[in-house]
Amino acid sequence: MDGFLGRYRNLSVLVIVIMAQLVLLAVQVKNNQDVRLIRVWAVTAITPLARVLEGIRANTFGLAGEYWQLIEIRSQNQTLKADVDRFKLENQYLKEELATAKRVEAMASFVQRNPNKTIGARIIGAGAGMNSKVVFIDRGSTSGVLKGMPVITPDGIVGKVTASYPTGSQVMLITDPTFGCGVVSDKSRVHGTARGQGNNQLLVDYIQNEQAVQVGEIFYTSGDDRIFPKGLPVGPVRVSREGKLFKEIYVAPAAFEKGLEEVLVVLEGVHQQILELSQITNVGPEAKPMAPPLPDSVALPLDATPKQNPNQRFSTEADRLVDRYKAIGEQQGLSYGNGGRVPNFNAPVSPRVAPPKAAPTAVPPVKPNPAGSAAPAVVPPKQ
Amino acid sequence: MPSPEYTEANYVEGRRRKSSSSSFRPIVFFLVPLFSVLLDIFLPRFVESARTLEFPLLITIYFSLMKRQPIAGVAIGATIGLMQDSLSQQPLGMFGIVKTIVGYFAASVSLRFDVNNPALRFMLCAFFFVFHQFFYWVMVRALLGQVPNINGLDELVRALLNSAVALPLFFLLDKLREDGS
Repeated sequence: MDGFLGRYRNLSVLVIVIMAQLVLLAVQVKNNQDVRLIRVWAVTAITPLARVLEGIRANTFGLAGEYWQLIEIRSQNQTLKADVDRFKLENQYLKEELATAKRVEAMASFVQRNPNKTIGARIIGAGAGMNSKVVFIDRGSTSGVLKGMPVITPDGIVGKVTASYPTGSQVMLITDPTFGCGVVSDKSRVHGTARGQGNNQLLVDYIQNEQAVQVGEIFYTSGDDRIFPKGLPVGPVRVSREGKLFKEIYVAPAAFEKGLEEVLVVLEGVHQQILELSQITNVGPEAKPMAPPLPDSVALPLDATPKQNPNQRFSTEADRLVDRYKAIGEQQGLSYGNGGRVPNFNAPVSPRVAPPKAAPTAVPPVKPNPAGSAAPAVVPPKQ
Repeated sequence: MPSPEYTEANYVEGRRRKSSSSSFRPIVFFLVPLFSVLLDIFLPRFVESARTLEFPLLITIYFSLMKRQPIAGVAIGATIGLMQDSLSQQPLGMFGIVKTIVGYFAASVSLRFDVNNPALRFMLCAFFFVFHQFFYWVMVRALLGQVPNINGLDELVRALLNSAVALPLFFLLDKLREDGS
């Protein structure tokens, strides 16, 4: 036996090793479980080496990979920066377009409601000189713009055309020291003249110290200057104090608050009713229906017409007062201008009913409320 | 009459071939097979095509050829095979048996050829790879009752590829030999 093993030693070792492994296999297959010890040895031997190899890889190939990634990221970063710059420009452009669209929408809304015949224009340049208060617009005589025409925005008056050329016009702004226009306040109905000061404020001149003008009141054009139609906003009072001869009232031009880009040139002006303070925001896209009529102290609706003149519409407080006094005289059987006793002006005035023939479309009188004022009626805008 | 294996000429020839067997440091014998098994499981994590390479087999062939001792080949093949089995999901012994046989035959072949010749190394590697794959297929089919999907042409290409990798690998491993040849 020893001789055989010695003679076929190599083959014997091979067979023994293979047999041993076959037994090992058979045991595993039969018991359906591993020989855990051998696997533990193998894994224990492999793991430290694997850790070293992974460390080498991470610090060499990984570093190289990260370096290449860094180069790629740098390139991507440059591309992204260029994209961001492009998007910023696009965003700025779109914001500008949006703002323009909003302004144009507000202006279109204003033009629809505004009885004045206007034409839109864009400001294309400012006048030469440091203290210049003139601008140039892109509408000229070929578009019907003539010297002296008022220039406005939905927020207020801007100025007037001082020179008209075929393709453009020069507009003097209301802040120019030589500019002046007639104005009236919405609350106290005080008339004055707004003058430019060369800065961002207007001085309302020729108002007596005794007259009360409060800060926050809005001045409108009065139409006295024959340039601006009545009823266009000028701006709110910022300062109101007593002066030597006249009150010193400074008004901030409302048209300049949002900057000037698009304006309207009034080709044909129409005088309008001046709104109350609470209604001055009634411009722009948020515009509500036109303002209700001014409260009538005798509780007469605005559409109710007097006996004498069925077609007459009262437009001022004085007209209403005259009508009230006439009604009181008629009630008490007195006629004015003939002497005699004085009527009792404090006596209540019964509402008059318009004669059917004279005013077939008269609105029935509105029941006065406890405050003595009529319920507001909606008046359609003048077109 | 003495057996031909024990004639004086054969004895002298055997001594000569034994004396020409390469020797390595123990650390090399320990680390290189370990490293080959490690590469077998490590490289495919990053390079999927590395699954084609069979580093443990190449190391088995190299050490068996260089040692020129069938028993050493058996030991090397069995150790590397069992280690490879330990890191796989199959029962221990599948790679072990196959690589044991490869190691034995590689060592036996080295007794008759000049295994330092690169062309011979290339052919031996290709042959033993095909042998390994075929025997493994037989083992899996016979012992585990499974039918591995093996394509002959693919295995041939893999054999050539492994042989191509084996040439520089063996050249590097030659530098670790103590005789320095």
